[in-house]
Amino acid sequence: MEDVIDLKDIWVSYDGVRVLEAVTLAVKDKDFLAIIGPNGGGKSTLLKVILGLIKPDRGTVKLLGDTPKNMRKYVGYVPQYHSSNLDFPITVCDVVLMGRLSHKGPLQRYNEEDRQAARDALDTVGMLEFKDRQIGELSGGQKQRVFIARSLVTKPKLLILDEPSTGIDSRTQKEFYELLNKLKSQIAIVMVTHDISAISVYVDKVGCLNRKFHYHDDKELSQHDLEVSYQCPVELIAHGVPHRVLKEH
Amino acid sequence: MLEILQYDFMRNAIFAAILASIACGIIGVYVVVKKIVFISGGITHASFGGIGLGYYLGINPLYGLIPFSLFSALVMGLVSKRSKVAEDTAIGILWSLGMAIGIILIYWTPGYAPDLMTYLFGNILTVPMSDIYLMLALDAVIIFTVYAYYKQFMALCFDEEFTTVAGLSVEKLYLLLLCLIALTIVLLIKVVGIILIIALLTMPASLSRHYTNNFAKMMYLATFFGIFFSIIGLFLSYLADAPSGATIILVMSSVYILHFLYDGLKPKIAS
Repeated sequence: MEDVIDLKDIWVSYDGVRVLEAVTLAVKDKDFLAIIGPNGGGKSTLLKVILGLIKPDRGTVKLLGDTPKNMRKYVGYVPQYHSSNLDFPITVCDVVLMGRLSHKGPLQRYNEEDRQAARDALDTVGMLEFKDRQIGELSGGQKQRVFIARSLVTKPKLLILDEPSTGIDSRTQKEFYELLNKLKSQIAIVMVTHDISAISVYVDKVGCLNRKFHYHDDKELSQHDLEVSYQCPVELIAHGVPHRVLKEH
Repeated sequence: MLEILQYDFMRNAIFAAILASIACGIIGVYVVVKKIVFISGGITHASFGGIGLGYYLGINPLYGLIPFSLFSALVMGLVSKRSKVAEDTAIGILWSLGMAIGIILIYWTPGYAPDLMTYLFGNILTVPMSDIYLMLALDAVIIFTVYAYYKQFMALCFDEEFTTVAGLSVEKLYLLLLCLIALTIVLLIKVVGIILIIALLTMPASLSRHYTNNFAKMMYLATFFGIFFSIIGLFLSYLADAPSGATIILVMSSVYILHFLYDGLKPKIAS
């Protein structure tokens, strides 16, 4: 089977400022890759390249063996937590149905099949009982689950999350990562995050992105790797977790 | 007092109020929920250029208004999203530019612009039957487009980023929505005039948000509020011998303000 994501030698510049430089990346089926790096290091740009929303100046992008434009509909995308209008008059079920939008043209209504898919996705994330609630009434962690359900409703082969843990308290974060861990057995996951502690427990591979991409086939990060990426001394704290990401230091 | 219904102009006024309220009920919900009041105000005022164009060409100013307001909506949408100037600055500039074009074209028009004040401040009592047919057609276009793109507009308003990833062109959808706002302005102009349109686009929709959490129900409710307040305003303006457009807005604003004062005084339930 071909790689889920296959990026080769990607270069991107905005207004003459280089954002990505020679980025090569392969994600296989059922991989769980975390991408860390400083703000402005090109993380969001990289996600947009993968989704085909930005054309790189150089390099090739393959998503599920084809162009991102053709295959984008097989990708579930969870945007940054704050990016949607949460005072919006919409129920949880309608938010999840929005995930089916890529399969619908104008004039087409959502049918029973769509609704069933939405209920299944809500069930997967444990939010089925909230389906008729207003999105604004939910807590941060519950909203995040709903947005994951929205991305799962098309039964994607790849799940992309952009800083999913922002704005969620640490207890809810744990439940959230448990959920990702459950999903990992079925699909590939790429997650952009600042949360180095979460990487330790759940993630298979880690990459550091600061214009250049430093990639690890395992998740052992060295102080040196992080400092190359962040270009400043980074304090590493190893948490009391089943296994360490960070070497003794 | 019911004898005034015997007059043709009064019947037309009531038709116009209903047709205008349908458009502002539907489109107003998008304006309020997507928080695009400022750009809507910009399109409204820039459309004055279209009134000027109508006078200058010697045609019904509404026929100058339709293409000009659609054009302003497209230019404003594109410039505000694509230019390097801040969005509100770009809107502010185009807002005045459209009005300036209108003022110059009217100045150049030989003779006197007879019912210029109607377009600025509205006069629902002077709506002829031909305008009612035009409003009916525009309402049909708005209802059909919203019916066809209901899901897409909902996604656009809720989460642009996700909508893009779902493979839809956010820019095209946004421009289409702005064009519907432009058509709504054409519908509303005879009722309250350019200066007061923004009140009619925002108040019924904002009030309806208070009573329902459902997008479609907001549209029905906002339409009902629009019809109710504009007909009350119409009768009050007749009784008080006051300008109809301003009276409608005054009625609506009073209810709106009282509603929120009352709401503010109620003890808040902890959530």
